[in-house]
Amino acid sequence: MTREVQAPLVTVEVDDQRVEIPEASTLLQAIRAAGKDVPTLCYHPVLEPIGVCRVCVVEVEGSRTLVPACIRRVEPGMRVRTETPRVELSRRMVVELLQTSVDTSLAPDVQRYAAEYGARPERWQPFAREGFRTRRAPKVDNDLYVRDLDRCILCYRCVRACGEEGQSSFAIAVAGRGLGARIDPGFDLPLPDSACVFCGNCLAVCPTEALVPKTQFEMRRAGTWDERRQQVVTTTCPYCGVGCKLNLHVQDNRIVKVTAPLEDPITRGFLCVKGRFGWTYVHAGTASGPGSEAEPSTPAGTL
Amino acid sequence: MSAIPFRGWGVELQRLEHVPPPTPEEQQALGRVWGHLRPEERVGRRDLLLPALWAVQEARGWISYPAAAAICRELGLPLADVYGVASFYALLATEPRPRRMIHLCDDIVCMLRGAEALAQILHRHLGDPLEVPAHGETYGQRSLPDGTKSPEGSLPRVGWSRSPCLGQCERGAAALVGESMLLGLTPESLGERVRAWLRGEEGPAEATLPPTHLGWKGEGTPLLLARCGRISPTSLEDYRALGGYQGLQRALAIGPEATIQEVERSGLIGRGGAAFPTGRKWALAAREAPPRYVVCNADESEPGTFKDRVLLEKDPFSVIEGLTIAGYAVGAERGYIYVRGEYPEAYRTVVQALEAARAAGYLGSRILGTHFSFDIEVRRGAGAYVCGEETALFNSIEGFRGEPRNRPPFPTQVGLFRRPTAINNVETLACVPPVLARGGEWYAHLGTERSKGTKLVCVSGHVARPGVYEVPFGVPVRTVVEDLAGGVPAGGRVQAVLCGGAAGTFLLPEELDTPLAVEALQAVGAALGSGALVVFDERTDLWAVVERIARFFRDESCGQCVPCRVGTQRQLELVEELRRGGGRADPHLRGLLEELAQVMRDASICGLGQLAANAVLSSLRFLGRMP
Repeated sequence: MTREVQAPLVTVEVDDQRVEIPEASTLLQAIRAAGKDVPTLCYHPVLEPIGVCRVCVVEVEGSRTLVPACIRRVEPGMRVRTETPRVELSRRMVVELLQTSVDTSLAPDVQRYAAEYGARPERWQPFAREGFRTRRAPKVDNDLYVRDLDRCILCYRCVRACGEEGQSSFAIAVAGRGLGARIDPGFDLPLPDSACVFCGNCLAVCPTEALVPKTQFEMRRAGTWDERRQQVVTTTCPYCGVGCKLNLHVQDNRIVKVTAPLEDPITRGFLCVKGRFGWTYVHAGTASGPGSEAEPSTPAGTL
Repeated sequence: MSAIPFRGWGVELQRLEHVPPPTPEEQQALGRVWGHLRPEERVGRRDLLLPALWAVQEARGWISYPAAAAICRELGLPLADVYGVASFYALLATEPRPRRMIHLCDDIVCMLRGAEALAQILHRHLGDPLEVPAHGETYGQRSLPDGTKSPEGSLPRVGWSRSPCLGQCERGAAALVGESMLLGLTPESLGERVRAWLRGEEGPAEATLPPTHLGWKGEGTPLLLARCGRISPTSLEDYRALGGYQGLQRALAIGPEATIQEVERSGLIGRGGAAFPTGRKWALAAREAPPRYVVCNADESEPGTFKDRVLLEKDPFSVIEGLTIAGYAVGAERGYIYVRGEYPEAYRTVVQALEAARAAGYLGSRILGTHFSFDIEVRRGAGAYVCGEETALFNSIEGFRGEPRNRPPFPTQVGLFRRPTAINNVETLACVPPVLARGGEWYAHLGTERSKGTKLVCVSGHVARPGVYEVPFGVPVRTVVEDLAGGVPAGGRVQAVLCGGAAGTFLLPEELDTPLAVEALQAVGAALGSGALVVFDERTDLWAVVERIARFFRDESCGQCVPCRVGTQRQLELVEELRRGGGRADPHLRGLLEELAQVMRDASICGLGQLAANAVLSSLRFLGRMP
């Protein structure tokens, strides 16, 4: 028989609704326990919160500034407001600032919040210089994934997944400063020359397709990537004895991507290079298509 | 400390071992950083990263891939992290650049002294300025070794870049070159020097330095300036002869609790800008579990501010004594002084003074025969305004990128090396010895109700005698600007005074009778901040000043949070747009700026973003009215 140790409860008020929640919980947990929600971008359920994107800000009574819900711990008697005009202004602006500085067209969360908060990035267009400029070419330096840094919103999720909270490779970090900050393996090394082990856990947590499997990148370019035509099939990884659960994303009866379910207690969504990328043999020797080793889906030389 | 730094270390080490070794010069420089540490003791000493990066930067003029890889191998750090830290700082280069770099200050005070003309001279001789590394587009590939040719191959002898305020406002225009500061620059003197350097000569000897005016007025003064200029800064005898170390003696006699009570009684509030009660800060840190740390924040980088530099250069023992008392009160065995990278002179002075204090038994084990053991390490910043934010400063000392942390937890709970820490500004710590020596009650009768004691004010810009002035709180701004600093020279008029640096606000001529005190300035929507007053006469193009301030924040944002990273860029663009339109109020642009300002203030992680719109917004009060 196991005996659960109950953490003492703390009472907080979320939009006038009282919530009892274990101490050391975050405001985000309290808000969700109250049946409400706030937008999040840098927050990821399997990673420690870092509170940098600032889209989850809420009003806390007595606080001079707004407070990031993802990282702030509850305190007894805290009164939280999640939907005030001040909060909404900040969220809308954060989304606009992202939209005006990087390409968020493949970032579904940013798109959703933009619609929800009525973001109008175009009002910055007439005079904004940085961000509305020619795109830099995506970095294609290996066969497994592509870095399209003009889509990067600097949520640090990939850095954390690569580091001690995931793979422990520490192959990438944030380099530079301010608007010049970027994800970098060090001296702008090509990934095969870096500490990267190609587990792909960085792309698993990327919310914007700044890091994207090469198959998906190529199919997007060819106009054949279509999530509405995709099914997810759950199976077990065939490689080693751990038996990680895999989600095969299948389009037109062909595997186009492999992920792992976040809820799985063994993987928490993380895989190794074999599980994530070692599936092309399934289609070896069959008719050409996305992922076929025999014939790439885009003609060589277009990238 | 574990011999295996992190789980993926084996893979990373294998790779790093294939990187060619650094040059002998780089290796020697690193050897000096490791000192007596055996190889296995270096692993895990991430706090040695910034000193190591400085060492190789100075040895070669930039941080090469082989040198970075060597640092990784010694400290057990991944390359991506080391590069991430190196590329964060403006004074460190991660690709080849000329050995001799001229960092020309073109900030708000030096621009009044012809910084643009100086920039043109440099441009004529040296071509385009090198971008601050953080804002370049792509780098790195060029610096990768191919083993055959030197990446420095075709580099010119001399290069230049624009720099934010170098803290030499009273004797600008200024430029930082290696370990020395060029002061009082004119186009002629700079041109002559650069031509000499290009010929491979050392250039003319230093002309007479423009003076730093020191002065005081009012009850209790001079207190902090009492010794400045009267003693040899690194002479412990001089310091003691003028009352030095009496404060520490008293503290050691009355015990740590009573020391904190004495400081609380004095009403001393922090001089770094936030005005937090010092005694309360110490009490909060002291009640947490040991080990605890005390830190002196000498990363003075607020444009227009140079009082901490003057204290460190002219009376370093007062700061060292203050930090020692803080260590005693808080129960710390180790303190750090984090000196801004652009202050080579202050750094040297502090290092010498610490050696003297240690030799005389004022630092080290069993200080003055008591059971109190305490020592101080100096660390050097490398060009990042944001590291003056206390949690960013901790990260910088610890060898991480100088990114501020979310709070809570506060530094008194989770500070340096994740331990309880009391961090104080240079001037605050210099106030501590007299508070102890003469008693908190005596100190508390100086100043005003909520602002106790005396304050150092840095006056620069269009005044006859720019310098550091000490006054009791409550003295009107006008007294400092006109009586002490001599007012606008040659019959000019004040157009505006920027109070508190780039993060501060503009005061108009009719507001100059406001007393210099936290509460009085608050009442007119201003703040004392770091204690900088930059005076602009009626001929100054204030739009240029405001635009420079906006650029300052854009350049200095760490990039961590969206409101500041992108917001400071958008603010700069809005200011440029408003200025192009002659400043006449475009309600659409102004509305956008006000919205942006509110979001930066509300949603940024740290004070940099929260205050980045202060000066800009306060300028709109009057700039829009101008014809």
